[in-house]
Amino acid sequence: MLNTLKGPVQAIQDFFQLAGTAIRNLWRTPHYTDDILLQMDTIGVGSVPIVIMTGFFTGAVMALQMGRALGQYGQTGRTGQVVSIILVRELGPVLTAIVVAGRNASGIASELGSMKVTEQIDAMRALGTDPIQKLVTPRMIAIAVMLPCLTVIADFIGMVGGFIVGRYIYGIDTHEYWSSTWRALEWNDVVQGLLKPFIFSFVISLIGCYYGLRTTGGTQGVGRATTQAVVAASVIIFVLTFFLTRIFVSVTPS
Amino acid sequence: MSVPDESALRFEHVTTGFDDNPALQDVSFELGKGETGIILGVAGSGKTVLLKTAMGLLKPWSGKVILFGQDITNFTEKQLFDARGKLGMLFQESALFDSLNIEQNVAYPLLNQNAVKCAPGEVRPRVKAALEFVELGQTLKRFPSELSGGMRRRAAIARAVVTKPPLLLYDSPTAGLDPITANTIMTLIIKERDLDNTSALVVTHRYQDGNLVANFRYNPDDGKLAGTKQEDRKRTKFMVMKEGKLIFDGSQEELEKQHDSYICKFVKKPN
Repeated sequence: MLNTLKGPVQAIQDFFQLAGTAIRNLWRTPHYTDDILLQMDTIGVGSVPIVIMTGFFTGAVMALQMGRALGQYGQTGRTGQVVSIILVRELGPVLTAIVVAGRNASGIASELGSMKVTEQIDAMRALGTDPIQKLVTPRMIAIAVMLPCLTVIADFIGMVGGFIVGRYIYGIDTHEYWSSTWRALEWNDVVQGLLKPFIFSFVISLIGCYYGLRTTGGTQGVGRATTQAVVAASVIIFVLTFFLTRIFVSVTPS
Repeated sequence: MSVPDESALRFEHVTTGFDDNPALQDVSFELGKGETGIILGVAGSGKTVLLKTAMGLLKPWSGKVILFGQDITNFTEKQLFDARGKLGMLFQESALFDSLNIEQNVAYPLLNQNAVKCAPGEVRPRVKAALEFVELGQTLKRFPSELSGGMRRRAAIARAVVTKPPLLLYDSPTAGLDPITANTIMTLIIKERDLDNTSALVVTHRYQDGNLVANFRYNPDDGKLAGTKQEDRKRTKFMVMKEGKLIFDGSQEELEKQHDSYICKFVKKPN
């Protein structure tokens, strides 16, 4: 029994150790600004097209369903309101995080995993560089900055998707759609909608780096690390979103 | 050549490994300054682990690692960064950084090793000199993926020697190379030893590599290898590893007199 638990407990301890070191490195020199900017471009800007596609069709599908459901009560005009609340509070942060995890947790795990199995991580240590400072911390910072931005983009594009469906399928007036969308949002929705991606960003970067850095077993190991990183990051995002929503629901007035 | 007073590297009863499996068991040896140690052994016998322990990439479970008189066994990673300034390592698969071109790869230790003081203006000339040393002066802007296996190995040697470290660790420098390229790599190792008078540990499973190091010297006049004098042969010693243990440590002459079947597997093979 104890031996069965030893592996997972050790893995959790290693993960938190990596996370702690990566965060502590924020206050330590050297800072690899070039790497941070490069990762912001690769991970953040590179994810814009897929985030736009996801956001647009999420908003559009939601408007399709909501428009019909609300139409039964003669409330089609409220479609924008429902779309914006669900997008900003829940679907925007979660779907963006899942898409970014699928694209980048895998990318990070495979890149670091390949470096590990070809001894580049050892070479880095041998040549005077801390791999966590050089590889993990810049990715953590880059995703923490870019994921909230990507979520804002996904939310807005989702509302545009909802508008196109509402306007051209259900004939909702443009002004009515956008004013109900705007009015529906409160500050706590915006805080919730930005805090969630900020927290998810650490899951994506640190899980990707963790699985990458513990890769063993050649190219097969790299494939395994990549899969594990995406699965773990996605599951943790879904579990975390439940608990975060639970906290927000309990602290904000209904 | 007399036995040096101070050692470049000394292992005292070192045991280490991964998880609960020991990969080195009670290994003790001493490598003198200016001396080259050839480590022979089959795959999985602990040769690479020994080099990584010497570099502080792996911590000993017990025993001591002494590098140029400094006990690095309990050094923190930060202290090790400084200690590693005295070492250059050629990794088995070259371990060049894929995302950097050859110039940036070779410049990496000059720019990142704190113990190496290199003025910004000196970086490029030193990189060029190191690449010319390995006869790759024309490849500065190329990426590792664009080079052949032998060229990558040479570029990695340039990266290892660019800081002029007094001790070099070569992990299977000729593995997977054709005989001609393998010979070129060994010539470079001998050239580095003779021109800069460095100490080295060379891990290999080919006896002929050790034989070359022990019995030949670099001739700067024609850039080729020439036979060495009898007394200079003492600069090279041989070690044999088996299942994490050091089972032989001595000269080539003593090695060739061994009757152990495992040792004979390496030594008696025709070149």
